[in-house]
Amino acid sequence: MNPIHYLIIGNGAAGVSAAETICYNDPAGKITIVSAEPHPMYSRPGLAYVLLGAISPKQVFARQPEWYAHHRINLVHGQAVQLDSVKQQVKLDNGQVLPYDQLLIATGARATPAPYRGSDLQGVVFLDTLEGTRDLIRQAKRARRAVVIGGGITALELSEGLAHRGVETHYFVRRNRLWSQVFNDGEAKVLEERMREHGVIIHYNTEAVEILGNKRGRVRGVQLKSGEEFKCDIVGVAIGVKPQLDLVRETPLKVDRAILVNEFMESNVPHIYAAGDCAQVYDRWTDQYMLDILWPSAVAEGRAAGLNMSGRQSAYVKGSPFNACLLFGLHIAAIGQINPGRETPGADGATGDEAEVVQHLSRGSSEVWFTLPQLYASAWSEDGPNTVRLVLSGDYLVGALVIGDQSLADSLRYIIENQIDIRDLIPALRAGGRALRQSVTQFWYQLSSSQAQSPLYQQAR
Amino acid sequence: MKKLFYALTQSLGLESGQQNGRPQGFEQLGRVVPDASRCVQCGVCGYNCPVGIPVRDYAHRGLPVDDPNCLTCGNCIQVCPRGTLRWETKMHGLIVNRFPTMILPTPVSPNETAGLS
Repeated sequence: MNPIHYLIIGNGAAGVSAAETICYNDPAGKITIVSAEPHPMYSRPGLAYVLLGAISPKQVFARQPEWYAHHRINLVHGQAVQLDSVKQQVKLDNGQVLPYDQLLIATGARATPAPYRGSDLQGVVFLDTLEGTRDLIRQAKRARRAVVIGGGITALELSEGLAHRGVETHYFVRRNRLWSQVFNDGEAKVLEERMREHGVIIHYNTEAVEILGNKRGRVRGVQLKSGEEFKCDIVGVAIGVKPQLDLVRETPLKVDRAILVNEFMESNVPHIYAAGDCAQVYDRWTDQYMLDILWPSAVAEGRAAGLNMSGRQSAYVKGSPFNACLLFGLHIAAIGQINPGRETPGADGATGDEAEVVQHLSRGSSEVWFTLPQLYASAWSEDGPNTVRLVLSGDYLVGALVIGDQSLADSLRYIIENQIDIRDLIPALRAGGRALRQSVTQFWYQLSSSQAQSPLYQQAR
Repeated sequence: MKKLFYALTQSLGLESGQQNGRPQGFEQLGRVVPDASRCVQCGVCGYNCPVGIPVRDYAHRGLPVDDPNCLTCGNCIQVCPRGTLRWETKMHGLIVNRFPTMILPTPVSPNETAGLS
């Protein structure tokens, strides 16, 4: 039997984890990875820490070139430009034609450019690629004043990094609250305070309409909606990401906001799979096809795709989207549906903003976060910078946002992911405050001791 | 000090033996354990390791950091931006199993609780 040719387009989290899985499952198979960037795989979330100065750019590579050779993976640098699903081949921009038996599309997502005039000026920066980050660091050395536009984790990381590099950083918030689709008033206040401590200047109800340039094509400032001109040297843009779908535009592949895949990560065309940021996967929590721009989801999807491609049929069950990050020295964990929407009716909740939310899905977030559960109730506990917000739906916990003290994060994640009935706990949770923390701890203890082996121990293995 | 340590581990009924070239009994100190689902492979852990252990590779595979050179300094746990790493000791498991009430919180008076719904 001839060895199977596996072709993986995309050298990110999903592509590499799929390659690893195939390598393990079908050692005879020939694996080719097409990478649009001239590097081995690197950690895209790690770029924020490169900007912050926590690691050097060299350290961000999660795989060395030797790794590919050791796993007998052929790494091809080039941009895939044409997909022929009948002849089963992919054409690269350098003319190379790669045939395949099984194809995985894991092209990921790229930052959306600013929708204003002047977004191609020098000094408009993104935190999206390694090259972009290197360029950003170079520019930050000379710059004195920066403006950051966008809501979401990437925008906050960008402003934190610029502020740490000694640039006077101004963060523009379109409404009167930070990231209103995810944070409620209390959480936004905690984070805003931290941002000010780190030297970021926040401007509320401020929106840029145009980026202004000087004669040499460099950024001179931004034009505000109020008509003023705001001087700056750098404009950091992190308004969201868009799945890269250029390759599948003129193919019979079904595309909604990204490539639609079934539970086996298979698209509607046989032998073509998709995983990662460019795949839209069925979500059992919201009963819809959802887009996740998260590293753990990409890895899990890549693994599932790899299994199915190498002949081991296994359905992928999407877990509740989870992200943990460090912003301005605060640990933040977001699990499941965390939209604070209905808590502030009329003010600036997510009502009526649904279309906008989808557009502004940024790196490190999931569409599921912004959805509202059918029966909505929430519980809230605040203790200085340490806050916990739980989103309840009926007898179940469907989402949690933990800021600061992370001691509850893992247990909450277990309770949400395994859909554990918490109806006895709800009165205590609704009371909020310290009672909330303690009742969750107590519940968690009972849960772990009631099972033959504690979930904590199972997780550890 | 070593003698004291042996005496302590033996009195608690922990088995001891040579492991990974580390001196006998030292494995009881504990080790760094990752949660692979939190890891984004950024490499902050390995960058801050004083002896250059590739902690990221352990985290990727979800394996405990059983490197013979590990100083058990805890730097990687402290710097990890995603809370991937934690410290696991056999002692801890033993204490939890024997004295489960120790980790239970004490009840609070009602005036200490305040919350929104």
